[in-house]
Amino acid sequence: MPLDLNAGEIRRNAYRITSRRDRTCLRVRVPGGCLAARHLEVIRAIAEDYGDGTVHLTTRQGFEIPGIAFEKIPSVNRALAALIEDVEIAIGVELGAPENGYPAAGTRNVVACIGNRVCPFANLDTTALAMRIERSVFPNDHHLKIAVTGCPNDCIKAHLQDFGVIGQADIRFDAQRCLGCEACVKYCSRHVNGSISMRNGRPVRDERHCLGCGGCVLKCPTGARTRDPVKYFRLIILGRTGKRNPRLGATFLEWAPEDAVVQIILNTYKFIERHIDRALPKEHLGYIVDRTGYQTFRETVLDGVQLGDKTRVAETLHFAGYTYS
Amino acid sequence: MHPGSARLTFGEFDAMLDSLAPTHRLFAPVLIGGGGRFSGTDVVRYGEIRSARQIEFRRKSDFSPKEVLFPITQTLLCFSDNECMEPAGDDRGILLFLRACDINGIGRLDEILLQNGPVADAYYERLRRKVKLVLMECPEPFENCFCVSMGANVADDYAMAVRFEGDRVLTRVRDETLAAALPPSAPATEFSPLFAETDGSPVRLPDSETLQQAIEEGRFFDHQMWKEYASRCHACGRCNAVCPTCSCFTTFDIEYEENPRLGERRRVWASCHADRFTDMAGGHSLRNDHGSRMRFKVLHKIHDHKMRFGRHMCVGCGRCDDQCPEYISFSACINKVCAALEQSPAAVLA
Repeated sequence: MPLDLNAGEIRRNAYRITSRRDRTCLRVRVPGGCLAARHLEVIRAIAEDYGDGTVHLTTRQGFEIPGIAFEKIPSVNRALAALIEDVEIAIGVELGAPENGYPAAGTRNVVACIGNRVCPFANLDTTALAMRIERSVFPNDHHLKIAVTGCPNDCIKAHLQDFGVIGQADIRFDAQRCLGCEACVKYCSRHVNGSISMRNGRPVRDERHCLGCGGCVLKCPTGARTRDPVKYFRLIILGRTGKRNPRLGATFLEWAPEDAVVQIILNTYKFIERHIDRALPKEHLGYIVDRTGYQTFRETVLDGVQLGDKTRVAETLHFAGYTYS
Repeated sequence: MHPGSARLTFGEFDAMLDSLAPTHRLFAPVLIGGGGRFSGTDVVRYGEIRSARQIEFRRKSDFSPKEVLFPITQTLLCFSDNECMEPAGDDRGILLFLRACDINGIGRLDEILLQNGPVADAYYERLRRKVKLVLMECPEPFENCFCVSMGANVADDYAMAVRFEGDRVLTRVRDETLAAALPPSAPATEFSPLFAETDGSPVRLPDSETLQQAIEEGRFFDHQMWKEYASRCHACGRCNAVCPTCSCFTTFDIEYEENPRLGERRRVWASCHADRFTDMAGGHSLRNDHGSRMRFKVLHKIHDHKMRFGRHMCVGCGRCDDQCPEYISFSACINKVCAALEQSPAAVLA
């Protein structure tokens, strides 16, 4: 019997068309990259009962389970329901009946570095923010890659996403607690961008250049430096790999509040709806903006967004990329 | 009213604090949400309070109470051309809430800053005279505590002792001013503060004579353990900053940038683990490897101070162990010193 399938619907259900004509591959999302260990049992069971017994760990913190016969898709979706219930529905994602599997696959899993649950450098719980973004954007079939990272060290590689959200900390300084030991100065000049210099026995931070990494807070032996409780974000946009023009993303916003970041990502779906080239099977956001120009993009996505007093918006974008020739 | 013991509600205790507030600043360990080194973490350190509810008595404070009477930064005098003036201090008294180990820590500061030479440190003495100590009962050791081993678990030098018990505060008052502030409605009760009798991390202390002999013979300074600490310690100075007995400081003059004819003389804590502690005119400095800084500190805490004042400087609060980012344990080091002295001289040098 020849297979007669709606490949588009299969893809939207988060199953891949693979190099084996009679087999598909399930993509499991793990928003924020954090999963209760018990769900590994669900993944193991699907791989062994329906797949080829292997699991591929993806760069987007998901699992791909290959070797699944197309006709087993309904059974696999039922086996997956418990995981979807806990990982998506429990965090507020509205995606219908979990027994039907994922209703969309275009907007990729929202990834996060391990964040302050583990990492001393992180300025926030990145998984919690990734889950908030997942709740806001999923299910959505427009192709968008989003990542959250806890500090400008960018371990999640936010520079290679459509939206790379980088946690920033505004630094408070209690001069009376300062020893003038220069630990913060040394750290910033050796590991960051030299935003702190000594003046009259005390360190002075150049707020204009400070990345908000929070490294000086870690290094201060007396707690003279602390993080402002308000979370801020650098928003890197339109980074990509790909065959045409790979490039690192560029800074769109600095010191943006969390709500603004989420609203901008939501507005981007409206921008895509308005400007995507529907003649193509899919078009990445970066190429759409290459056609419309940054100013059009900026105007659309900032519409109705409350930026903070500290927020800086890029006038132009400068990409460090190249074209294969 | 005469000194005695009373059982107060938090409201009554706060009324007492209110009546003292015009004439006293009240300092206690307070929880500062989000003030920790890592995002989303807290810190407990000394701050001014107005209510008993602000006192964090469940956790050991990350920083010691020494910063109240030996501030991190002090402006000693301000100068312009040929004139200088001392900043007016605060006239009010100080009520300082602290545990037994920290009361003993202040005893060590008194020895170093008031009795270590012909002249007492006037800046310390000025604040010290204002302080009334309020003992926070501390009957159970925290994880890294070793005050019992150091003989610093009991303190008798207090104006008032308190126990936080449910919604009541038990107080034992020994000071006339504080007794006068006790609400008359508070029922009298029997209350004697308890003290820790066990350590979270007990230590064995080295025999002073044996240690002195090993130092004089030169073999102790070359011990392998200091070489090991040289590779582990990053010289951040956090252990000094949290220690209730570290009392080194440096003094320097600042000329204001806007007008270099004006300036101030400032004194700031110094750290024997951090760089530049031993810098001398001409650029010479000592103890450049971090292991010898560890040795210097350890010997001061468990040997040199005792040779001079008859008791150890370290009071076993364990804050250095709590805070070291490289997991160097001071109490483990004391035990290592003991073990090394019990080995043969050849082994000490190994």
